[in-house]
Parts: sequence; C-alpha cells; structure tokens
Amino acid sequence: MGVNSLSTNSQAFNNINKGFAMDLTLFERKSEFEWHIKPFGKMHVPGVIFASETLLREMDAKVYEQVTNVAMLPGIVNASWAMPDAHWGYGFPIGGVAAFDADAGGVVSAGGVGFDISCGVRTLLTGLHVEDIDRVKMRLADALYHTIPAGMGSTGTIRLDAAEMDRMLRGGAHWAVERGFGTAADLERIEEGGCMKGADPGQVSEQAKKRQRDEMGTLGSGNHYLEIQQVTDVYAPEIAAAFGVKPGDIVVSIHCGSRGLGHQIGTEFLKRMVLAAPGYGIALPDRELACAPIASPLGQEYLGAMRAAINCALANRQILTHLTRQVFSQVLPQARLPLLYDVSHNTCKVEEHKVDGRTKKLYVHRKGATRAFGPGHPDLPHELRNSGQPVLIGGSMGTSSYILAGTEQGMQHAFGSACHGAGRAMSRHQALRNWNGRHIVDDLAGHGILIRSPSMRGVAEEAPGAYKDVSAVVDAADNAGLARKVARVVPLICIKG
Amino acid sequence: MTVTAHWEHFPHQADIGVRGLGATLEQAYEQAALALTAVITDLADVAPEEMIRLSCEAPDAELLLVDWLNSLIYEMVTRNMLFSRFEVHLEGNRLTAQAWGEALDVARHHPAVEVKGATYTALKVAQQPDGGWLAQCVVDV
Repeated sequence: MGVNSLSTNSQAFNNINKGFAMDLTLFERKSEFEWHIKPFGKMHVPGVIFASETLLREMDAKVYEQVTNVAMLPGIVNASWAMPDAHWGYGFPIGGVAAFDADAGGVVSAGGVGFDISCGVRTLLTGLHVEDIDRVKMRLADALYHTIPAGMGSTGTIRLDAAEMDRMLRGGAHWAVERGFGTAADLERIEEGGCMKGADPGQVSEQAKKRQRDEMGTLGSGNHYLEIQQVTDVYAPEIAAAFGVKPGDIVVSIHCGSRGLGHQIGTEFLKRMVLAAPGYGIALPDRELACAPIASPLGQEYLGAMRAAINCALANRQILTHLTRQVFSQVLPQARLPLLYDVSHNTCKVEEHKVDGRTKKLYVHRKGATRAFGPGHPDLPHELRNSGQPVLIGGSMGTSSYILAGTEQGMQHAFGSACHGAGRAMSRHQALRNWNGRHIVDDLAGHGILIRSPSMRGVAEEAPGAYKDVSAVVDAADNAGLARKVARVVPLICIKG
Repeated sequence: MTVTAHWEHFPHQADIGVRGLGATLEQAYEQAALALTAVITDLADVAPEEMIRLSCEAPDAELLLVDWLNSLIYEMVTRNMLFSRFEVHLEGNRLTAQAWGEALDVARHHPAVEVKGATYTALKVAQQPDGGWLAQCVVDV
C-alpha cells in the first residue's frame, strides 16, 4: 500500500491547480477600491470586488469565477460582492456577500453560509494594561490553555440531554446566561441580542446533535483561537472611547463557531440542496452553490436548522467567555471582562435594507464576511448607536488584529458588510513545506508572544506568513468605506486549537 | 501496467484536497480515506486495532465519495477515533466499508486540525488513461 508521508509528497503540490493571478482587464474600476464586473451570460446583477489594486492583483482568479457564479443565482439583489480579504471558497468566495429577495424567487444557500455556521469573533475588554499582564503572562497562558478545550478530540465539561440541547438551540447566548455562563449585560453586545429568532431544533438531525454532544464550550482547531491582545494604535479616538479601548489596554478575543453541530448541518443540507436543485428548476453553475428557494419547504427547513446552529455558536462563545473570566478571576482577580461585541462571519440573516429608495426585507448571506451596521442602526445597543457596530477583524497569530466600526456608507455599499480577516495567502500544504511549528513558537516567544497549542503541525499550517497582510485588507475596507478603522491590537498570548 | 494504489494531498487556498488513486474505484475510495486521516495526523501513528462498519448511498460516484468521507468524519468525531485501514465494497451506488483504527490520543497523535466536512470543490471521480481510478475532493478544515 503506497502510504506517502506529507513532507515528501511534493509532487502533488507542484502539478495541481494552484490558482491563477487575477486579470485586471476583466474589471471596470468604479473607484480606487471598487471593481465592477458587468453582467454577462446568466448573471442577473454585476459582480463587485472591494480591494486595492495590489490586493485584487494577488487575489486568486477563482474569486472572479465564484463572484460571477453567485450573480447567476435566482432573486439576487443589487450585486454579488466580495470583500478585500476574498479568497477561493466553496461555491461562494470566502469574503462573499449576496442578498436575496424571497418575493423575487430568491434562494437560501447552504454553500453561501458554509460549514462552520456563525463562526465568529468576540472581544472582551479587561480594564488591564500591558504592565498588569507582564508579571503573570506565563501563568495566564498556561491557565488558559489548561481551561479552554482546544483542538481535535478536546471535550467540554457540559453535557446536554435532548431537551436541554433543544433549549440551547432555541436560546443561544440567552440560554447560556440563564445557565450561569456570563451576564445579562453580555447579551446586548451580541448580534440579535444573543438569540437568533426562528431557530427550529426539530430541523437539526440527531447526527448533528450527537456530534455536538461533547463539544459545548470547545474552541475547535484550524484558524480558531483565543488571544490575549494589547491595543497598540487608535485611529478614531471618539469611536475608540465609545468602545472603551485606548493604547496599552489588554483585550481578549475569541474566534470559533458552531462546532460539530454546525458542520453536520452544513454537510447534510448541502447534499439535500444539490439533489433538490433540479426539481426547483435551478441550474447550478457549481454544485457547491447548492440552494433552495426561500419560499420552499427545504429552504425553510434549512433556515430553521441554520438559525439553531447560529444559537449553538453564540452559546459556545458565551461558555468560552465564562471559562476565560474564571481564569482571569484566579490569575488577575482585579479584572472585569465586559463584552465589547460578538460578530458572526458565516450566516444568512433577514435584514431590512434600502433598495432603489424602498425598504426591503432581504436574506443577506455573508460567507466569511462581517455584518457592519452603521451609526444609528436600530439593532445596535444604545451605547454604540452613535459609533456604529464594532467590526472585529482577526489576524494571524503573529500579526495584528483590528477593531473597526460600521459606517453609513457601508450600509449603501454591500448592505452593511465588511471583511472578516486576513485570508490565507498560501495553502496549508505549502505552509508545512515552509515552516516548522516549534520554530514558529520559539520565534514568536522571542517577540513576546506566547503560543499554546496541542499540535506543532497545526501551528506550522497556521504560520503568520501563510496569511495575507491583514493591515492591507483592513486599509482597503476602510478606504472603500465598508467600515472605519478604529484600533489595532497585537497578540501577547495565543491559545490555538 | 498495474496501477499502484496511493494517496496524495493537493492544495486549496484555505483548506486541503484529498486524492485517492487505485486499480479499482474501491481502492481509490480507500486511498482517499487514508488521505483524509493524513490531513489530521501521521498515518503510521494510527494503529488499526478496532474495526467499525459503515455504509452510505448516493446517486453517483462523485456524490458517493463526499458521502463516504463525511461518514468517516462523523464516525471519527462521535467515536473520538482515527482510522488507518479501510476496505470498501461497492454495489451499484451503495458503499459498505470496514474501517480499522484506534482511539484518538492527543498526546501521541498531535492532531493538526479537525476536518469539518468533505466538499464538492475540486470533486472528481474518474477512470484514468492508465486504467486506474482517481477519487478526489477538497475537505474543509
């Protein structure tokens, strides 16, 4: 039996579809950071990519193909958008945004939401300064790594019976707070007030629930993390003040999603939608665009299950928040950790937006994109109403992350959406060829960044150099008017799954 | 010429592709499953001690590959096991299989990632010019 070892399996890398650089002549440049693709063939609307010329040039040509494919889906409104961090995804580009009108035959797409439903980031303030952390950094890193279940095979301490699982899937972070994980004040700092309405646990399969059995309050793996970060720069002092961040502050960011339950729902509905599409008269340009009319039974079943998965993700991040607070109460008892905000990246949500001067109810898909509501939006809590929604952008483990704010302009651009992270520049395969996990950990330790992870190979695959320059992505989002840059943070401790 | 069964990984920008090649379609599915485990850990470290049976069904050979890998992902997660040996039998569009493996031991297997699901991206199941079979797709990690 020919068993290859990964390190010597280089031939596979060299002869496969590596992707091709973007051809800029395919676009009409509307502004410095906005690139349009005129509708052709079966496209109902234009494609629009927000990016600097450099970012667009370096984008995989697959993004162009995927943006134009999404534009062919029934009932799409205004445009098929891609954010500055867009890269080759499944059907939709990662960094793709598309809204559909149910009254115009619009669809909901399991591929347009993705496997890790409601994967997202939340940031906690601590009231601490960098000098408070220095003395206890090692202890804090070890205590967090000991307490936060991270990586494949790690399990949480919470077991839910069938009835409690359903209550969790209906209640989201609300359920978690009722069970003692966090406080009621956290809820208004979460999209949907911490509870996605319309969740239907009855549409979540027993397999999906079984897959979640041991995974409540776990971080997961891949690009998921818990980081202790230091605020280094503030770009918009007024908004930063409203957000409660200033240079030297310590914050905690948690990136994870709906765990096995969301993955299983994504898997099951993707297949059901692929098989059902011909019956709905939908010709899929790519199987991964699997979708069903919003008005169909399958569309409604998916929405019920997907919303339950959103609640699972919100509950999961809420439990991780509770665990984080427990660690801080032991190591740095003076700290209080209020929630700044919690954003979700992989969702389809019903929102009201202005279309041709009229307010319409739309099903907005964000696949690897962040909701970024502007100032004055009624969904924002009172204290954030004037500043706009915090938009939390995760970087890679050695570089920066950013806090942005939604803008009025962004509400017009892509229905209140912005980028979600750096985006990979390089495959995991190539990263493994380029880096050694132990060396990365030692190197980052030399720069004052403590990494804790069960897998050095996992660390190598997530090497900072395997990601795009998050600063360039954030600058493009800011310049395009999608969201406004508020603050930059750098990691001090990173718990990596 | 006989086709030697083997597996490969192929790159995808955010994730990773698994590819199985073999003299028969069954072998190609078995090799793709080995490639799946190799995404997570070194195959040589997974002892084929315990056997489980699984089956799945799909309308065509490509959808069946995705179902096969997703069934394995489900078994890995819910049993907390890794698998390093596979025997696949096909009857039309129905796949039955035995998989041998052992309990995941984080300290020994150092799992690099958990796999969320097999996708329809770069999905291909086809007979090759040399008569052998290829079965591949990207898996989301």
